[in-house]
Amino acid sequence: MAEPQPVLQMTGIVKEFPGVRALSGVDFRLFPGEIHALLGENGAGKSTLIKVLTGVHSLDGGTITLDGESVRFASPLQAQQAGISTVYQEVNLCPNLSVAENIFIGREPTRAGRIQWKRMRREAAELVDRLGLDIDVTAPLSSYPLAVQQLVAIVRSVGTGDSVSGGSGTKVLILDEPTSSLDRGEVLELFSLMRRLKEQGVAILFVSHFLDQIYEVCDRMTVLRNGTLVGEHMVRDLDQVGLVQLMIGKALDQLEELHDHQLHSDVGETLLKAEALGRAGGIAPFDLEVKKGEVIGLAGLLGSGRTELARLLFGADQPDSGTVSIGGKQVSMNAPNDAIGAGVAFCSENRKTEGLVPDLTVRENIILALQAARGWTRPIPASQRDELVAKYIKALDIRPANPEARVGQLSGGNQQKVLLARWLITQPKLLILDEPTRGIDIGAKAEIQKLVVSLSEDGMSVLYIAAELEEVLRLSHTIGVLRDRRLVAQLTNGPEITTSRILETIASGEHQ
Amino acid sequence: MSATTQTPTTPASSTASKAARLLGDRRLPVLATAALFLAMYIGGLSRYQNYGFAEPQVFLNLFIDNGYLLVAAVGATFVILSGGIDLSVGSVIGFTTMFTAWLVERQGVPLVIAVVLALGVGSFGGFLMGYVIHNFEIQPFIVTLAGLFLFRGLCLVISKESISIGDASVSSLAQTRVSLGLGELSIGALLALVVLGIAFYVLHYTRFGRRVYAIGGNEQSAMLMGLPQGGTKIAVYTVSGFCSALAGLLFTLYIQSGDPLHATGMELDAIAAVVIGGTLLTGGSGYVIGTLFGVLVLGLIKSLIQFEGTLSSWWTKIATGVLLCAFILIQRAMTARKKT
Ligand SMILES: Nc1ncnc2c1ncn2[C@@H]1O[C@H](COP(=O)(O)OP(=O)(O)OP(=O)(O)O)[C@@H](O)[C@H]1O
Ligand SMILES: [Mg+2]
Repeated sequence: MAEPQPVLQMTGIVKEFPGVRALSGVDFRLFPGEIHALLGENGAGKSTLIKVLTGVHSLDGGTITLDGESVRFASPLQAQQAGISTVYQEVNLCPNLSVAENIFIGREPTRAGRIQWKRMRREAAELVDRLGLDIDVTAPLSSYPLAVQQLVAIVRSVGTGDSVSGGSGTKVLILDEPTSSLDRGEVLELFSLMRRLKEQGVAILFVSHFLDQIYEVCDRMTVLRNGTLVGEHMVRDLDQVGLVQLMIGKALDQLEELHDHQLHSDVGETLLKAEALGRAGGIAPFDLEVKKGEVIGLAGLLGSGRTELARLLFGADQPDSGTVSIGGKQVSMNAPNDAIGAGVAFCSENRKTEGLVPDLTVRENIILALQAARGWTRPIPASQRDELVAKYIKALDIRPANPEARVGQLSGGNQQKVLLARWLITQPKLLILDEPTRGIDIGAKAEIQKLVVSLSEDGMSVLYIAAELEEVLRLSHTIGVLRDRRLVAQLTNGPEITTSRILETIASGEHQ
Repeated sequence: MSATTQTPTTPASSTASKAARLLGDRRLPVLATAALFLAMYIGGLSRYQNYGFAEPQVFLNLFIDNGYLLVAAVGATFVILSGGIDLSVGSVIGFTTMFTAWLVERQGVPLVIAVVLALGVGSFGGFLMGYVIHNFEIQPFIVTLAGLFLFRGLCLVISKESISIGDASVSSLAQTRVSLGLGELSIGALLALVVLGIAFYVLHYTRFGRRVYAIGGNEQSAMLMGLPQGGTKIAVYTVSGFCSALAGLLFTLYIQSGDPLHATGMELDAIAAVVIGGTLLTGGSGYVIGTLFGVLVLGLIKSLIQFEGTLSSWWTKIATGVLLCAFILIQRAMTARKKT
């Protein structure tokens, strides 16, 4: 069978950043009407390849042809005009504008130069609706959680080709980790949208660390390792084990280890007790008891109140009702400082806006919370500090393993690890992890889960929020199930608890 | 390995309670300023009723006496919405007064041509500053500070003395009053209102205007969304330069002279008016209508102090300072609330 002509071909792509060679001689091709996965560990160069293609970064070597013509884009605008729509890894929209504007800005419907707001809102509502999202498009983007923002970014990118909006229409759609903050229902909606576009002949480039999703929706895949091309395969020709080997260059047995690990039973006395704690519009009043060394997993759909519950325990939002006591003493949780003082740490899901300082180095970012906990007048001795930082860089396998690298230049997954290190280093009594493995590659994910297990064995309590139920199930002693902003059940983990049992509880919303 | 939750999507949002949304509403600061203006006006009415404060003309004089400030503040609104700052406003105004006076009085250039030239020079100055800010990625603060010194210096190059304008057409233009029934407005005041209206239209009904908000919200994102952020930035400073020059012309008309020290520090009045009008100094949020109220509040403080009679004019500065602090604190509280 003669292969059709690729719509996009990249040959010998080289990209160097000061001190790092992010891409060395990568070849990549994309055919019309296919969904093509780009795979690799954190820092392998996936996002860089995308940014070089779309003109965010300049190219240091190699050629790009689009539809047989040699191209080189100087800005994302030019790439867009040539028919390449991109959703970059971090949500890159304007939080101050409304949802409708974020979808349409740059190509608003106009008549004689005047923006037609009504029409824009109507069309935005239709587009959003088609993705199964039920939101008010006139509200500012910042009033919605990350997952919704992610979906809006997707709507924006596909909206270009799909709707009337003129231009050449989308030939290539690039989605860099679009599913990392979505739950299953939304992922399915996204996949059906991707399949629709594929049938229309759009070439789709899809990046994800969820291998199951790759096998579900993709036709072909390209694997990168350390900035070099490892191989291009049809998805049906390569199984998961083989793929993981390609990605990390060795067989992965640590994952197996985790599969049959036993939850330790060494759970101590009550550490934190919340009674009738609640906040209107956030989460209904709930009771929760966290014991020393216990891992509590929170399961529930997007928007079910998982993050809101965690934020109350950290004092990031102020409760309307209820009390919290830690170690038997009632504490007022009115600000994160109170919580940090009481030994609670919170690793936020939103690393971009709430966590890292991109212009500071890895070391400075890691030290930040520890220093804050000690007070600014008592600096940490340099030797002790460097030792600690080195320890966590190693434990989490942060790459590059250079404490002086600027965090903004790390790959998305490695930034997530830095954020995690920051809170681990404070050695809290209760560690709240909100989606700690989002955007993290399969090897590092296993590492982080192992770390949670060993921390809890050492007596740290952990509140673990994750979209993947298996992750929650594997790690938690107790599983809190949330639905519609209410803690509906707390299940003690045991042989009879399975993912389908949890799903039932979420679906029925019943306390059993 | 991933068995994630399987039920269809729930409405993930529409959660924020009504009260919270109202508090987060971006129009709130504008309403606050409008309410403040109203309260001050009513206060003035009750206190100086017998001294003619109730005359509609007192209200209209606010526009006549502050038209130039309104125009300058409208330009500053563009810049601040885009996340920048323009410190050259006062100098450009001062330069424009000198430049026009010199052209008309010393060179005998017809007024119309002098006006066009002045506007051209102001716009070009703004364009240059925008170009440097964008292409060399230098802080707007630094670049426009250089602009401030440059234009002030140019004033002195033209002449160290003030030049008064005796041109008949200028003074007749300055005297012209348009009757509105209850009172009258000067040409300058009317022009300022027209500028305000155009600015509102541009900011809310053109793609350029929305881009200004977008780059003020997040410049990096705007770039990744494929918006021409560089061109927008340059355009914003050009608009500000144009508005400053126009404000300079109105000021010339109002004062009927050019002076190298005219409008020293007026950029700060303009910025104060913008901030009091509820525009966030960090960019991306605010309304040009708010700026109108900001200017009116500043103007009203001045006239209240005049009506009081015994107070020194320094009280204007003190009151402005207090208001500015208050409004920045309000903004701070609002942004803090938005984060949660
Ligand atoms: N702006 C930059 N300056 C310097 N180095 C950079 C920059 N952006 C990326 N890098 C480096 O380039 C390499 C590739 O990063 P990239 O973001 O492409 O990884 P990735 O494959 O997308 O990883 P992830 O799965 O974590 O998102 C990393 O070593 C990263 O540190
Ligand atoms: Mg990436």
